[in-house]
Amino acid sequence: MFVMPTKAAGAAMGSFNKNGGFNIRTQTGFASIAFATFFALYVPMVVLVFYAFNAGDSIAVWQGFSLRWFQSAWNNQAVQDATFRSIWIALVAATFATMAATMAALATTRTEPYRGLTFKYAVINQPLMVPEIVTAIALLIVFSKFKVWTGYSGSGLLVLAHTAFCIPFAYLPIRARLEGMDLTLECAAADLYATPWQAFKRITFPLLRPGILAGFMLAFVISLDDVVITEFVKSGGQETLPTYMLGQLRRSVTPEVNAIATAFLAFSIVLVTVFFFLSRRRA
Amino acid sequence: MTNSQNRWLLSLPALVLIFIASIGPLFVMLAYSFMGKGDFGDVKPWTFSLDGWFNVFMERDIFDNTLSVADAHLTILWRSLWLSAVATFITLLFGFPTAYFIATRPKHTREIWVFLITIPFWTNFLIRTFAIQEVIRNEGVLNTALIWLGIIETPIQIMFTDTAILIGMVYVYLPLMVLPLYAAMERLDFKLVEAGYDLYATRWRVLTRIIFPLVKPGVIAGSILVFIPALGAYVTSRVLGGGKNLMLGNLIELQFGAGRNWPLGAALSMTLLVIVTMALIVYVRYANQSGGRSHG
Repeated sequence: MFVMPTKAAGAAMGSFNKNGGFNIRTQTGFASIAFATFFALYVPMVVLVFYAFNAGDSIAVWQGFSLRWFQSAWNNQAVQDATFRSIWIALVAATFATMAATMAALATTRTEPYRGLTFKYAVINQPLMVPEIVTAIALLIVFSKFKVWTGYSGSGLLVLAHTAFCIPFAYLPIRARLEGMDLTLECAAADLYATPWQAFKRITFPLLRPGILAGFMLAFVISLDDVVITEFVKSGGQETLPTYMLGQLRRSVTPEVNAIATAFLAFSIVLVTVFFFLSRRRA
Repeated sequence: MTNSQNRWLLSLPALVLIFIASIGPLFVMLAYSFMGKGDFGDVKPWTFSLDGWFNVFMERDIFDNTLSVADAHLTILWRSLWLSAVATFITLLFGFPTAYFIATRPKHTREIWVFLITIPFWTNFLIRTFAIQEVIRNEGVLNTALIWLGIIETPIQIMFTDTAILIGMVYVYLPLMVLPLYAAMERLDFKLVEAGYDLYATRWRVLTRIIFPLVKPGVIAGSILVFIPALGAYVTSRVLGGGKNLMLGNLIELQFGAGRNWPLGAALSMTLLVIVTMALIVYVRYANQSGGRSHG
């Protein structure tokens, strides 16, 4: 992964020199600033990954290569629990969010503007417009009352919170995909006496599938990455991987956190790559 | 899908979920900001009090009951606004040339550069905060390199200062600036740039008088995308700023933890929400105004 910048940079430099004379597209110094920016973006992450392989106890002094911190993270019960919780919450929340978003997208696209359409847009996008800390505090207030009244404090509350803030992210690619599809095929299906459900199952859904998949993945990543809302909503013993790491950062850090972060990073990069090529094929 | 009943039924799950777990709680929080403070956190239910809002800006001395301006809160509010504004400006300073660079690459390499910006964009926020922490720590890469180069003798204390928060926010939010800028620059019509040069404009004049005005919607969108989360920053300031350099997000959390003043915390959250909403309104006004003009 990290070999790519230099290779691509080389290619880009080549195209610069070829032009030789006056190029209306170049601006003095912009390429240098861009390289500096990419360098600054990637160096901290490379350093983080590098020290995950440190044999010593320090995240600053290199004492040789070792996989011991990956092993220690793998065997750490707290890390295992947090990882499983993170993944299943993200899976469930992304599934619900994608279902709700797909239905909402079907009801809000390919239609003449109708009463309440703007209202629906506003509500669906609302979680994007409020700072996370504000939503987190509001949920803390409501859920703390709910926990007292009902005695329920399970992970269902976390799933509910995650589902809500994932909906706009799942909605965006599904809506984009739907808007690129015209109604001709569905009309043809209806002409041939397909029931609305048959038309959806046999025509709309297969065409929509890449959008739904992209929406699901986006929602999954968003849920997996969430720190702030989870930190305020979770009850005791409901650490997810990000909140576990946040807790660790306050103590003296060992390369174990680097190892966890590295694994997380690798997983995210795989997901982003898949998503990138998925959406590219679509376009 | 043809009649309005079905349209409402289909959108119902999404609307209800967001009402239950996002919009509704905001109204409860608004109500909480107008209630009396409970002795051990929480509120005294159904009691009306303006103390929460009052305490955002003023404080009453516990001994002689005199009123004074709540300096601590105003300092933190000011720091949040100032740091977010500076962070937005610095991300623009680096993001603008970067986005321009990507947008002017040949088509086949352009996608690689976009991909390289997308990776940090989707990488866990906390991991990136942790990564920048490792760079700016006293024993971190930056200080080690500077000492090795002989530029400094003792490490510069960056961690737990406003500078650390600023560096962290710039690092974490930079992709949010680059992506909308790139989207605007990708559509840039270079015939206009060429016309500028034909009329003997310098590079600087072309940049400030032709390119910048044309991509201004992208600049505004990027600035909003950076400014709003920066203003509500909680993790960055907690990890990099330590306990002393609070931002608004940390001050709010404090009221629900050690501060045990939920109405004040709710009022502070609403204050943050109002500032963010105002920024969004300014943005929407601007976007509507310039929307038709930009490429007409």
